[in-house]
Amino acid sequence: MTATPEPTFELPWRTTAAMYFRLFAVQGSWNYETLLGTGIGFVMEPALRRLPGGVDGPAYRSALARESRYFNAHPYLAGVAVGALTRAELDGVDPVRIERFRTALAGPLGSVGDRLVWASWLPFCSLVAIGVYGAGGSALAVVGTFLLLFNTGHFLLRAWGLRIGLARGLNVASALGNPVLRQGPFYIACAAAFVGGIALPLALQRITGPGRAVVGGIIVAAVIGILLLARLRERAEGWRIALGVLAVFVLYSVLT
Amino acid sequence: MSLLEALPIGLLGALLGLDVVSFPQAMISRPIVAATLAGAFIGNPPAGLLIGVVLEMIALDTLPFGASRYPEWGSAGVVGGSIFAMQPAGMPGALPASLLAALLTASISGWSMVVLRRLIASRLERTRDQLEDGSRDALMSLHLSGMSLDLLRGGLVTVTAMIIFAPLVKAIVSIWGSESAASHAVVVVTAAVVAGGALWKIFHSVRRVLWFFLAGSLIWAVLLVTR
Repeated sequence: MTATPEPTFELPWRTTAAMYFRLFAVQGSWNYETLLGTGIGFVMEPALRRLPGGVDGPAYRSALARESRYFNAHPYLAGVAVGALTRAELDGVDPVRIERFRTALAGPLGSVGDRLVWASWLPFCSLVAIGVYGAGGSALAVVGTFLLLFNTGHFLLRAWGLRIGLARGLNVASALGNPVLRQGPFYIACAAAFVGGIALPLALQRITGPGRAVVGGIIVAAVIGILLLARLRERAEGWRIALGVLAVFVLYSVLT
Repeated sequence: MSLLEALPIGLLGALLGLDVVSFPQAMISRPIVAATLAGAFIGNPPAGLLIGVVLEMIALDTLPFGASRYPEWGSAGVVGGSIFAMQPAGMPGALPASLLAALLTASISGWSMVVLRRLIASRLERTRDQLEDGSRDALMSLHLSGMSLDLLRGGLVTVTAMIIFAPLVKAIVSIWGSESAASHAVVVVTAAVVAGGALWKIFHSVRRVLWFFLAGSLIWAVLLVTR
């Protein structure tokens, strides 16, 4: 994502690969006390073994304890923190400075990731897959398109995060100004809206089957429903409304 | 459905339930994937795909933001996909009843994730001294047991839901009173409303986004007329 030359910092590839693989399990012990904290310790652990004294040394133990405390970030961008904190620990940065850095980094990594991944990339990929279905795609084509598209972004984002974190250490904050992270959500949202305009009616058409009048009726009913739901905004959860409507309809259809 | 019949589906639910949060978050737990896989598992991938697309439209409404409580779609997709794929073709009540079973599973499974997170927190509390001492064993044990429990959670939810909902949906389908067209229309309109409302909720603050949606809709309208 960036061409800026970085000061050299090398970890053996096996250590970096182990950290990258563990990043996919960073939320394995997610809980309401430390949130992502223990996961960060889990991911950094292979690199911390390189501290003086190894796994039995006091440097390893204090670093592992420090890095397993409370932390929050978007899981796909946790690599930025993991990389930066690993470098800081291996460079012997003052623990007080590391603590301050952890606190400062948590918020931005959460909000940037949420906007980019959950509120942009994921809906976009879902809509593309729904569009492939609407266009007559097979089960393999729909699932394959979704998984390939989504995970290309996913895997690259995790790899970029770890690389940039290791390269920049505590100076990693500037990486969050990357155009992809800042402007990406806007462009992906526009693309998602465009794809949604085609994909949703196409999919509804395929589910409903032939008959323009039926599709037309459904779309008119849907538009009225969407306008009502849009007025409620965050006050209503659509999936709960769907659950309620279906429960009533199933009950009605069974009793009549 | 017997426990023995539900177990293989439970294994699929366990693996896809694990993907939601713990590992690897590759979105194989999204309903469009999970339900299709479950349908293929039963031997009817098109049925799995159909209910998967409907569930995916509804799932657009829920964004998995960190500590918020949200429905768990991995196990729900497996339950909905396999139950719908089991129904005889052309039964009017199959889609709405299977969809209801999937949504109920998603809700219950979402609650089970909250329970799991509390359980991990209480386990963490018990090992806090060891963790503060930098014990590698304590950290590995906490982390790996968290993932194992999540796997177990997804499996249990799926098996329980299959045992309850599979015979229930079969019974509902056999006494279904509404017409086929009406049954389909209710499902489609509900999914469309939720999906449209979700897109508005997610993107309404983005400049000119409505124009992009309308441009897409215009292309669809042209396709509708010319095809």
